[in-house]
Amino acid sequence: MTDTTATARRMALPRYERTDGLHPPLDYPGYRSTALRHPKEPLVLLPQNLTEVTGPLLGSERVTPADADLTTRHAGEAIGQRIIVSGRVLDSDGRAVPDTLVEIWQANACGRYRHVNDQWPAPLDPNFDGLGRTVTDSSGRYSFTTIKPGAYPWKNHHNAWRPAHIHFSLFGRAFTQRLVTQMYFPGDPLFPLDPIYNSIPDPEARKRLISRYNHDLTQPEWALGFEFDVVLRGRAATPFESAEDDK
Amino acid sequence: MSEPATAEKLGLTPSQTVGPFLRIGLNWQDESSVVPAGTPGAVTIGGRLFDGAGEPVPDGIIETWQADPAGRFAHPDDPRGAVESGVPGFRGFGRSCTANDGSWFVITVRPGPVPAADGTLQAPHLDASVFARGMLNRVVTRIYFPEDAEAHAEDPVLRSLPPERRGTLVAATVEGGYRFDIRLQGGAETPFFDL
Repeated sequence: MTDTTATARRMALPRYERTDGLHPPLDYPGYRSTALRHPKEPLVLLPQNLTEVTGPLLGSERVTPADADLTTRHAGEAIGQRIIVSGRVLDSDGRAVPDTLVEIWQANACGRYRHVNDQWPAPLDPNFDGLGRTVTDSSGRYSFTTIKPGAYPWKNHHNAWRPAHIHFSLFGRAFTQRLVTQMYFPGDPLFPLDPIYNSIPDPEARKRLISRYNHDLTQPEWALGFEFDVVLRGRAATPFESAEDDK
Repeated sequence: MSEPATAEKLGLTPSQTVGPFLRIGLNWQDESSVVPAGTPGAVTIGGRLFDGAGEPVPDGIIETWQADPAGRFAHPDDPRGAVESGVPGFRGFGRSCTANDGSWFVITVRPGPVPAADGTLQAPHLDASVFARGMLNRVVTRIYFPEDAEAHAEDPVLRSLPPERRGTLVAATVEGGYRFDIRLQGGAETPFFDL
């Protein structure tokens, strides 16, 4: 069967729900760097076709088991509060996303990144580089062992500090589901002051980025456990509606 | 695909910026290699990422996703069937952390045309995501090829753009491949899509 025959017409493709109002606006004056980095033209609707409903299925070939423990990648142990960060990658219909690559990066316990452009006077830890990778299991679960990152200052405004966070990168199974976000820790006093956290329009959606302390994940005399689920776009309710109907 | 959905939708996780230090987490040694080195017919697609002042963006990342030369995807949601590409080692996916001059590149093979759900044919294209410090969410664009002018005239996505903006999604031929600059804002702003 060739792609252009009548039998190939009107392919039944999965269709992903819209995300209107969920993500932060690209133009957000509270985060100054958005000023020159947001498009001024309106976004154009891209119908979800084959390129959009497929995506890279990156998995175990890109990671080793050691990549999930950020505390033991060097000769000595990383310094700081040892934590376990674990959760599930799901879509909004509750379906697990198995065998999918999860990438994280973070500052060390003192709030310093191992990066040439991070020069604020907090110490680097020779035993911590802040990079982790793993793949979800058949139930969509991932788990990292790491160090609780510190808060750090930035130059967005006077006395600006980012709440402690871990960057997360997720693929899902389709180009439509690609997501990069940040995970925060419960009870951080910097939340009301952080423009990046507050750029998310819905206060309830903001809270989804805050991990939960989970005593069942905590390992006795070893590490505190934090639970963080990531929910990617699920299927739209009316899968065969034409894209034109959305306009 | 046919799993029953739960009655109540879970709340979606919102996006946050990759921040200035994305390279720590997202840089791969082989990130630009959509196809392995030495693949016959491989081309380089690259360019520079610019902000609204025309300055290069040195803390961004471009990711590309595309069909293989036959217009197929090794993916279970392709209703024509998931087929491994005839190009050995074809990954379909590339990423490139931008350099200090805002430059990025991937090494790939030209994709074939891909049918749209309604049976019309889309011109060969790559989907691209752009992430950077100062961007609270990714933006999505497409890269087309200059050889396909006839197909462009029929491409439903290009046709959805005002005629004067269509050309900005067509890469330019350069030695060894194609040049595609991305302008986040300003005069020749790249068209970005709501997906």
